[in-house]
Amino acid sequence: MMADTPQTTVLIGSDVFDLDPADEAAIVDEMAHYEHPRAACIEALKIVQRRYGWVPDGAIAAVARVLGIGPGEVEGVATFYSLIFRQPVGRHVVLVCDSSACFLTGFQELRQALVAQLGIDYGQTTADGRFTLLPVCCLGACDGAPALMIDGDTYGPVSPGDLPGLLEDYR
Amino acid sequence: MSHSIARQRDSVRYRSRLMQPEAERRPDTHPLTWRLRDDGGVVWLEEYLRKDGYQSVRKALAESDPQAIISTMKDANVGGRGGGGFSAGLKWSLTLQGGDIPRGYLICNADEMEPGTFKDRLLMEQQPHLVIEGMILAALANNSFYGYIFLRGEYVTAARVLSRALDEARAGGWLGRDIDGSSFDFDIALHTGAGRYICGEETALINSLEGKRANPRAKPPFPGQSGAWGKPSVVNNVETLCNAPGVILNGAEWYQGLSGDRTDDGGSKLYGISGLVENPGLWELPMGTTGAEILDRAGGMRNGRQLKAWLPGGASTGFLLPQHLELALDFDTVGKEGSRLGTGLMTMVTQEQSMVALVRNLEEFFARESCGWCTPCRDGLPWTVRVLRALALGQGEIGDIELLEKLAADCGPAQTFCAHAPGAAMPLQTALRHFRSEFAQGISEPRIKAEEG
Amino acid sequence: MATIHVDGQSYQVNGAHNLLQACLSLGLDIPYFCWHPAMGSVGACRQCAVRQYKDKNDDKGMLVMSCMAPAADQTRIDIEDEEAKAFRASVVEWLMINHPHDCPVCEEGGHCHLQDMTVMTGHDRRRYRFGKRTRRNQFLGPFIGHEMNRCITCYRCVRFYNDYAGGSDLGTFGSKDNVYFGRYQEGTLESPFAGNLTEVCPTGVFTDQSHSDHYARKWDMQFAPGICHQCSMGCNISPGERYGDIRRIENRYHGEVNSYFLCDRGRFGYGYVNRSDRPRLPERREGPDSEPVSIGVADVLAQASDALRHARRVIGIGSPRASLESNHQLQALVGESNFSTGIEAREQACLELMIQLQRHAGLPTPTPRGIENHDAVFVLGEDPVQSAGRLGLNLRQAALSRCKALGGTIGIPEWNAEALKTLAQDRYYPLFIAWPAPTDLDDVAEARYAMDPDGIARLGFAVAHAIDPAAPAVEGLASAEDQAARRIASALMAAEQPLVVSGGSLVSEAVLEAAGSVARALSRRAKKGGLVLIRREANSTGLSLLGGQPLDWALGELARGNADAVVVLENDLYQRLPAGRVDAALSRAEIRIVLDHQRTATAERANFLLSAASFAESGGTLVNLEGRAQRFFQVYDPGYMRPETRIHESWRWLYVLGATLRGETAGDINLDTVVHACAGAHPALAGMVDAAPDSNYRIDGQKLAREPHRYSGRTSMRANQNVSEPRVPQDPDSAFAHSMEGYSGYQQPRQQVPFAWAPGWNSPQAWNKFTDEVGGHVRGGDPGACLIHPVPGQGSYSQPVQGAGDTDTLRALILPRLFGGEETSARATPIQQRTELPCITLSPEDALGLAVKHGNVVTVNEVTRLPVYEQESWPNGWAGLPAGLIAGLLPGESLTLRKVEEGQR
Ligand SMILES: Cc1cc2nc3c(=O)[nH]c(=O)nc-3n(C[C@H](O)[C@H](O)[C@H](O)COP(=O)(O)O)c2cc1C
Ligand code: SF4
Ligand code: FES
Repeated sequence: MMADTPQTTVLIGSDVFDLDPADEAAIVDEMAHYEHPRAACIEALKIVQRRYGWVPDGAIAAVARVLGIGPGEVEGVATFYSLIFRQPVGRHVVLVCDSSACFLTGFQELRQALVAQLGIDYGQTTADGRFTLLPVCCLGACDGAPALMIDGDTYGPVSPGDLPGLLEDYR
Repeated sequence: MSHSIARQRDSVRYRSRLMQPEAERRPDTHPLTWRLRDDGGVVWLEEYLRKDGYQSVRKALAESDPQAIISTMKDANVGGRGGGGFSAGLKWSLTLQGGDIPRGYLICNADEMEPGTFKDRLLMEQQPHLVIEGMILAALANNSFYGYIFLRGEYVTAARVLSRALDEARAGGWLGRDIDGSSFDFDIALHTGAGRYICGEETALINSLEGKRANPRAKPPFPGQSGAWGKPSVVNNVETLCNAPGVILNGAEWYQGLSGDRTDDGGSKLYGISGLVENPGLWELPMGTTGAEILDRAGGMRNGRQLKAWLPGGASTGFLLPQHLELALDFDTVGKEGSRLGTGLMTMVTQEQSMVALVRNLEEFFARESCGWCTPCRDGLPWTVRVLRALALGQGEIGDIELLEKLAADCGPAQTFCAHAPGAAMPLQTALRHFRSEFAQGISEPRIKAEEG
Repeated sequence: MATIHVDGQSYQVNGAHNLLQACLSLGLDIPYFCWHPAMGSVGACRQCAVRQYKDKNDDKGMLVMSCMAPAADQTRIDIEDEEAKAFRASVVEWLMINHPHDCPVCEEGGHCHLQDMTVMTGHDRRRYRFGKRTRRNQFLGPFIGHEMNRCITCYRCVRFYNDYAGGSDLGTFGSKDNVYFGRYQEGTLESPFAGNLTEVCPTGVFTDQSHSDHYARKWDMQFAPGICHQCSMGCNISPGERYGDIRRIENRYHGEVNSYFLCDRGRFGYGYVNRSDRPRLPERREGPDSEPVSIGVADVLAQASDALRHARRVIGIGSPRASLESNHQLQALVGESNFSTGIEAREQACLELMIQLQRHAGLPTPTPRGIENHDAVFVLGEDPVQSAGRLGLNLRQAALSRCKALGGTIGIPEWNAEALKTLAQDRYYPLFIAWPAPTDLDDVAEARYAMDPDGIARLGFAVAHAIDPAAPAVEGLASAEDQAARRIASALMAAEQPLVVSGGSLVSEAVLEAAGSVARALSRRAKKGGLVLIRREANSTGLSLLGGQPLDWALGELARGNADAVVVLENDLYQRLPAGRVDAALSRAEIRIVLDHQRTATAERANFLLSAASFAESGGTLVNLEGRAQRFFQVYDPGYMRPETRIHESWRWLYVLGATLRGETAGDINLDTVVHACAGAHPALAGMVDAAPDSNYRIDGQKLAREPHRYSGRTSMRANQNVSEPRVPQDPDSAFAHSMEGYSGYQQPRQQVPFAWAPGWNSPQAWNKFTDEVGGHVRGGDPGACLIHPVPGQGSYSQPVQGAGDTDTLRALILPRLFGGEETSARATPIQQRTELPCITLSPEDALGLAVKHGNVVTVNEVTRLPVYEQESWPNGWAGLPAGLIAGLLPGESLTLRKVEEGQR
C-alpha cells in the first residue's frame, strides 16, 4: 500500500542510473544475511564497484532504493570507507602499505620507485587507465615488509627492483 | 605472459607463515598452532577433525552448561588478544541473557589492521576451523544465535579459506540447526570490510556490520547489553577465540600452566616481530616470554644494527627502550612501563632511524584513520602531524614540543570518544619522553610571540 | 530528584537528566555543541568536559563529558577545575583550526553559538600556524544557504534532519578531519523541516536564505512575540523587522506547542508581508471597471460609512485567517444576525463538529508536545505534515519514543540518543494512517490504509466497534477492512495512552464522527488517551467558537438581494466557493468594503478597500487546534519607516468605521479593550483575556523591549526622509516598547519574550535561559489559555454512515500541501520556488478508463491543465488535486477530465 509520493518523484527526478539486474539480485541476496537490509550497504557498493571499478554517482540513489534507506546515508557510507572508490580508478589499484613496519623497512624507496615508474602520485591514475596508486594501512604482512597489494594480491617484501616484473603482469 | 615473469610475481607473493617447525609444536604446549602444517597448507575439516578438531564443542554441547564455559574461561583468565587484554570470561559473564532478552550475536573481530600486527591472518588462512570452533563455544556461552566474522577487506586469502571452511563446517553439522544433535542452533556468516582501521574498534565494528559509518558507540551500554541491532553481542579477537577450544578441552589450570612462572597471565601467545631484524616472523610462545627471546629467535637486528626503541604490540602502544627487552611481555608488566602489550607483535627501530619521522608516520596513520566523530582526534591529531612534519623539516618553533605534549595529553582516555586517539597519544607521549632531544633538533626558529595585551 | 555537588555547592536537580542538562537548568554555564535539548547527547564534540569525583574522599577525579554522565544522586563535579577549563579551551581551539574566522561577513554573527562558546572558554588567540582546509558549498534550494567552511563537525544537522525529522537526503560524508555535511547531490533539501537547520547548526553553515536576501544583524532587528498564521498549529514565532520589512522568522520557544522547531512554511512563508503590491493606503473604486484610487483615512471613513448608512442591510463576512478581535469588531459592526464566518458551509459543519468532539468524545486534546507521550496513534483522513506542518514532527516523535521505553528496560537513560537509536533500530510505537496518498510519516508507520473518505470513516467506525462492542457495527465490512480494524483496535487498546488524530482535510463529517467514535470507545474502555483534530487555518478554531453563519449563507443573502452591502474581512471568497457564486453575490451588493493586507480577487471587487495590517503590524488573538488562545503582538509600526502609509489593524478600522457610521467621534480603542469586548460578547471566548498579559504589564516598572539593547542606527534610520528624528512609536496596545529601552532580561520570569538573549548567549540556545529546565516550560508560564475543555459524561455514538456509493464521474479529493496550499504564504517567493509541480492523482484503473497514462496531460473542468500521476492503491472514483490550485473547487465535487493530445500542448 505504500508507493512513491508524487512529490518526491518530481523533486528527485528519475535517476539515469539503473543497477544491472544481476547486481541488484546480488544485493538482494546479501540483504538476507542481516537483520536489516541496510547492513548490506557496504557489500552493495562493492558489488557495484566490481562492475564499474568505482561507484558512479547515480548508483548511490539506486542502491539506496534497493536497500530502502536514504541516499544521504548511502553516500555517507560510500565516502567513509577507503576501499570504496567514488571516483573512477584504473584497471588495477596498487595499494602501498605505509604503516610503521613498512615505513621502517623501505617503504619510502618503494613508493618513490612506484611514483617514478608509473608517473603518478597517490590518488592519481595513469594516463592509459591502467593503474591507480593509493596508500593503505598496515596490510598485516609486516614480516614481509615493505608490502603492497595489487587488486587482490599481496606482495612482500618488495624491492624497487621487483616492480617492473610485477607490474608487467597487470595489463 | 612469459614464464620467467610469472615466477617473479610468485616469488614476491606474500605468504603468512609460522617460524616454528611442526616438530616443536605440541598439543599440550602450542594449543593455537600445533595443528599447522610445515608446508603452510590449510588444515581443512578432515585433517582438523583428525587432529582433535571440534572436540571442545562436542564436550561443551554434551555438558550443555553455558555458565560452566564462562567460569572456566574466567578462571583461565584469557586476556583479550585484540589489544585490550580484557578477560574474555569476564566479558562473557556480563552479556545479558535469559528472561525477555533476545538471543544475540557473536562477532569475531578479524579486522586486524593494527600496524605491526600479522597474527590473526595466519590463524584464519591456515586453521579456519579453530576460529569457527572458538566461535561456537563463545556462542554457546553467550546464548548467541548467529555469528559474524568481520574480516578486513584486504584479507582475500583468509576470506576464501574461511568461506570454504564455513561450508565444510555447515556440511559437517558443526554449524546450523541442532549442532551435533544438541538442539543448539548457531550459524556464522563472513562479512568483509571495506577498509578503515577504526572498524577494528568493537563498537565501530558493530556499526560497520550494520552497514553504517564506522563511528564507535558510547559505552555504556556495552555490546553485551545492546550490540548489533540492539541485541546482546560479544566481540572477540580471532586469537582470543582460538584460545577457547583448548581451555574448554583441557581446563583452566592447564591453560594457566602454559606460561610457567614467567607471568601471572596464563596461556600461550602468538608473538611476532618486524622491522629491521634478520628474520621477522611469528611464534607461539608462552605468555610472558621476553622481548629479548623473541628478538633472539628472529636472529637479532639485521646486519648488526643497533636497537634504539621498540613498540611491544602495534602502533598504538608506547615506545620501549632496549633495556626493556628483558621484561616479560604480559599485560601488567608492559603496562607498568608506560606502554601496553597490545597485540604482542613487536616493531623494532634501529639507532639510525629517526624517531621524529617515525612518530610523524604513526600520527599520520592515526589522523588518517580517525573516524571524524570526536574533536580531539579529528582535529587534534592532524595538528600533531603538521607540527611533526615541521620538526622533521627543521621548521619547528619553540614551544612545539610542549604543544605536542599538550595535544597528546588532551587525547587521553575518557577525553576522546574511543580508544583510537589515546592509542595515537601513547607512542607520541613516550617518544617525546625518551627522545626529546631528537625532536628538539627540529626547532630552528624561535616562535615569534604575539604581543600580549 | 537528586542532589549534586558542583564546585562545592549542593543543588537539587532532576536525576533523570545528564549533568550538562542539570547544570544548564540550574543556570550554570557549561559550553557545549553536539548536545541539543530536543535531541539528547552523543558525546561527539567533547566540549562539555568537567571533572567528576567518585566520592567525597576522591580528590583526583577525572574528566568526563557532562552530557554523557547521569546527574545521579551525590554526583560531585567541578566545572571550574583548571584542567577541565584547559581541556575545554583546547576543544574550541581545535574546532577553530579550519573555521574561516569570517564573523564580520557571516550571517550567524551576533547570533552564533560558536561565537558564544568561544568567548565562554576564553579562546582568543590563534596558535595553529598551518593552512586551513577549504571546501565547496552546495545549492540546497530556496530556503537554506550552505557555507561548509564554517562547519565545526558537531553532527547536529544530520541528527536533527535524519534522526529527529526523518529526512533522508542530507548526510555525513567523508571522515577524519574532512567530514562534510550536505546533500548526496546538489539540490533542494527535501525535508519540510529543513529550516530548523538554521537554528540547530551552532554556526553559520546552514543559514536562512530568505534572510540573506535582506540581511540584518540580530541586534538590529525589532521583535515581538508572534504566532504563526500559516496553519492551525499556532507555533510561537519571533519575527524580526528592520526598516519596515520582516527579515526573518525564528522559532520562539513554547514548552507545549512548538518547543524548538517550526515547519518551513511557517519559517519562510512571511514574504507576503513585505510585498510591494500590498494595499498600503485605503482605496476607492468608482465603478467595477475603473481603477482604484488612494484616498485619505478620513475620506474613506466618511464615504464608506455614508454608503453603509444608506444600505438596506449590511452583511459582514469574517475570516479564519484574521484575529478574533477583528472578527468580533466586524460582528459588532454588522450585528450578530448579519455576520458570517466566511467559511464554506461543509467546512464549518466539520469545524463545529470538531469542537463538539473535543468537548464530548471523552478524550482530552493533548498539547502538541503532549502528543509525543502517546504510545499508539491512529490518524484518520489527514496527512499531518502537509496539513499541520509542525504537528507531523510531534507525531513522528510519538512513534520514535518507543526507544525510550525499550531503553528503560536495560537502563539506558532517555538522553543517550545514539544508544537508544541503536537499541530500538526500526521499532516504533504503532502508528496507523488512513489516507489515500503516501504521507510523510509512512516511514515510521506500521501501516497506511489507502482509502477514500467513506472507506476511512467505515474503518474508523469498525475500529470503534472492535474496541467497544457497544459502538455500532459497520455493515458489510470486507474482511481486509475488518482485519485492519481489529489490528488497529488491539494496538490502541494495548497502549497506555492511545491517540486519535483526524481533521478537516477531507471535509467529511463521517470521518470526524468515526474518529470521535474511536475516541469515545477508548474512553468507555477507560483508556487514557487523546484526540487531536486538525483545522485548516490559523483561526479556524477561533471562528467556530465565535460563531456565525457560513459563507454560503452570506452569498445567498446577497445574491437574493436580501442585503445590498457587504464588508469582507481579510478573506478571499474566491478561494472558498466557485467564482460564479461569489460573482453572483458580489455583483448584487452595491457596497463592497474589503479589508485586507493582500490584493486578492475579492479585494479587486471592492469599492472601498481598507489597508489592513498583517500579523506583523497588528496584535490579536488566534485559537489553535488544541483550543489554545494565543496572542500575537505588533512587531513594528508600519508608519514609522513609511509615514505615508495608512496601515491599521482590521479591528481598529472596523471600530472607527462603526463609530463614524453612528456619527460618533471615535474614542480611544486599544488591544485590551477589543480583547475584553470580544471575550465579553462570546462566553466561549471568555478565557482569551488570559492568553497574554495586558498592556499594563511591567517588569521592574518597565515595558518590555522589542529591540536587543545593542540596536544600532535608530537615529539615522529615517535620515533619508527627514533629518529630524521622530520619537519612537508609542504602543498603547501592549506591554512592549518600540525600542531597546525596557526589560529584555531573563532573570524575571516572563511569558512573553520577543527575542531570546541573555548575557553571553546570543544564539537561539539562549531560550534555555528562559525555561524552568532546559527543554521544559517557559519560566513565566507557557503562553496561551485553553478555551476548549472536555465535558464529562455526555455524548453517544453516532451511526456509521453508508457511503454515497459509486458515481459515474470522478470526484475531487483535495490533498493538503505544505507549500502552495495556503493562500498567504503562497505569495512568498521562496514558498513559490519550493512548491512542487502540481499533478492530478488517479488510480491506475480510472486512468485506464480515461485512456490516460502517467505523465499525460488532462484538463480539469476545461480550465486547469495537469499531468496525470497514476498511483497504485489510490481509491477508484477520486481524483487527487493539490490544495490551493483550483480556487473555489470544493472537495467531493464532480470533475470533468479531458485528455490533452500530444499536439495540443
Ligand atoms: C582503534 C582501535 C582499533 C582496533 N582494532 C582491532 C582489530 O583490528 N582487531 C581486534 O581484534 N581488536 C581491535 N581493537 C580492539 C577491539 O576494540 C576490542 O577490544 C576487541 O575486539 C575485543 O576482543 P578481545 O577482548 O578478544 O581482544 C581495536 C581497538 C581500537 C580502539
Ligand atoms: S577517538 Fe573520536 S574521532 Fe577518533 S576514532 Fe575514536 S571516536 Fe572517532
Ligand atoms: S555537548 Fe557533551 S560532548 Fe558535545
